[in-house]
Amino acid sequence: MKARTLSRHVRESFKSIRRNSWMTFASVSAVTVTLLLVGVFIVIMMNLNQLAQSIENDVEIKVIADPAANEAAIKVLVEKVRSTEGILEVVFSSRDEELDKMIKSFGDELSLYKQSNPLGDALYVKAKDPQQTATIAKKIDTYDYTYEVVYGEDKVEKLFNVLNMSRNVGLVLILALLFTAMFLISNTIRITIVARRTEIEIMKLVGATNNFVRIPFLLEGMWLGILGAIAPMLIISIFYFKLYEYWEQKLQGELLQLLNTTPFIFQLNGLILFMGIFIGVWGSFMSVRKFLKV
Amino acid sequence: MYEGYENSGVLIMIVMKNVYKKYPNGVVAANGLNVVIDPGEFVYVVGPSGAGKSTFIKMMYREEAPTSGDVIVNGINLATLRNKRIPYLRRQIGVVFQDFKLLPKLNVYENVAFALEVIEESPAEIRKKVNDVLGLVGLTQKARMFPNELSGGEEQRVSIARSIVNVPKVVIADEPTGNLDPETSWEIMRMFEQINTRGTTIVMATHNREIVNTIKHRVIAIKGGLITRDEYGGEYYEG
Repeated sequence: MKARTLSRHVRESFKSIRRNSWMTFASVSAVTVTLLLVGVFIVIMMNLNQLAQSIENDVEIKVIADPAANEAAIKVLVEKVRSTEGILEVVFSSRDEELDKMIKSFGDELSLYKQSNPLGDALYVKAKDPQQTATIAKKIDTYDYTYEVVYGEDKVEKLFNVLNMSRNVGLVLILALLFTAMFLISNTIRITIVARRTEIEIMKLVGATNNFVRIPFLLEGMWLGILGAIAPMLIISIFYFKLYEYWEQKLQGELLQLLNTTPFIFQLNGLILFMGIFIGVWGSFMSVRKFLKV
Repeated sequence: MYEGYENSGVLIMIVMKNVYKKYPNGVVAANGLNVVIDPGEFVYVVGPSGAGKSTFIKMMYREEAPTSGDVIVNGINLATLRNKRIPYLRRQIGVVFQDFKLLPKLNVYENVAFALEVIEESPAEIRKKVNDVLGLVGLTQKARMFPNELSGGEEQRVSIARSIVNVPKVVIADEPTGNLDPETSWEIMRMFEQINTRGTTIVMATHNREIVNTIKHRVIAIKGGLITRDEYGGEYYEG
């Protein structure tokens, strides 16, 4: 395409946006609301994901060995646990170390037990796939010389279920919202096209190619998408930076951490802009298609 | 180039061979049309409303495609022409309508230039061609006026200027005087005559008996999707 033609197309698309200022306003607002909601959803989902991952990574099985078992038996147990399928790592912690940990968290009164330690040796086991934790725990429980096998049990499972479900629901909502915005843009463009029907008819009669007719409308759709994306990008960025700052101050070093602002917020802005452009161009493409069959 | 449609070495302008056209609603608008039009001819297409005149005309610039048969214009077979190629066909054909089809927001000059802009002519070329053609139709003085400031005859002259600005080999006119008073109609006919004498083929659908009977040319009469009469210097009558 010649540069002159391209600049004509760009001029035409701006002209059309100005001419139909009310429809432009309506569809830009629709895109704004949609992308804002979609953006917030993505922020929540990505952070839930992050939360799920950090919890998943923390899920471990604590295997307490029978306090009555002798050293050789413990060794057999450790080896057996190590060779269990689907195990990522096994950390051995002797009964004395276990007691030290308890003293640390519950206070010096417990030092009394140093004379006669009632605890058993412990193994901390991590599964390769956190979702397999329950299965592995049950398997280990069948081994000899285990006194108790502890893990989050159904609480962990429930958490995984809730997280999975919220991910799916979020995805469906996002798709539905995007579809609505696309429909609104395609309606706006359709109105522009109907207003310019004679013009298109004449263009086609004097030998304009389909692309020549189409490109200004696609550009118009693109501008609508970009205009609609600006506010959500700004609002979400500012909101997230503030939230992150606040969160860091209030909950320093806690388990629940928000995703770092960089690169997350930049990737998110890129995605919002891309979605805006996509729904704009695709929406107008859909409505131009019908009018080109002259 | 379409083979086999040359008349003693000269390419035939328009050929229709066994053309049949049935619309989706069941109406048969062309029921076996056979026509040969040579370069430089002036042809009237006459017939009652609903006889298939418009379909006959529309098939020449491929607004309608025949259901079966061949339509060959300037060596291009429109029956097999791919949709993508239609714009390039139309650049070789000028079309004039009863309702002028001018863009109200563009002035006379811009309306004519529009036809060249959309086929991506250079600005210098556009300026030259538009000024030339406006001189030809006698509208140089009114180049900056808008369609609603013009008379019907002037509007039709703008539309004629637009149809010939790209120097097409054929001009197809669908009732070009249908909306004009008799005096203005004569003025428009003089313009078509002038274009024709430059060698441009003209195919004109018309209801104007006086014109057909006064300015004698070949007459093709269509009724019920069939050519009922095809004579040089023919008269206008129904049937």
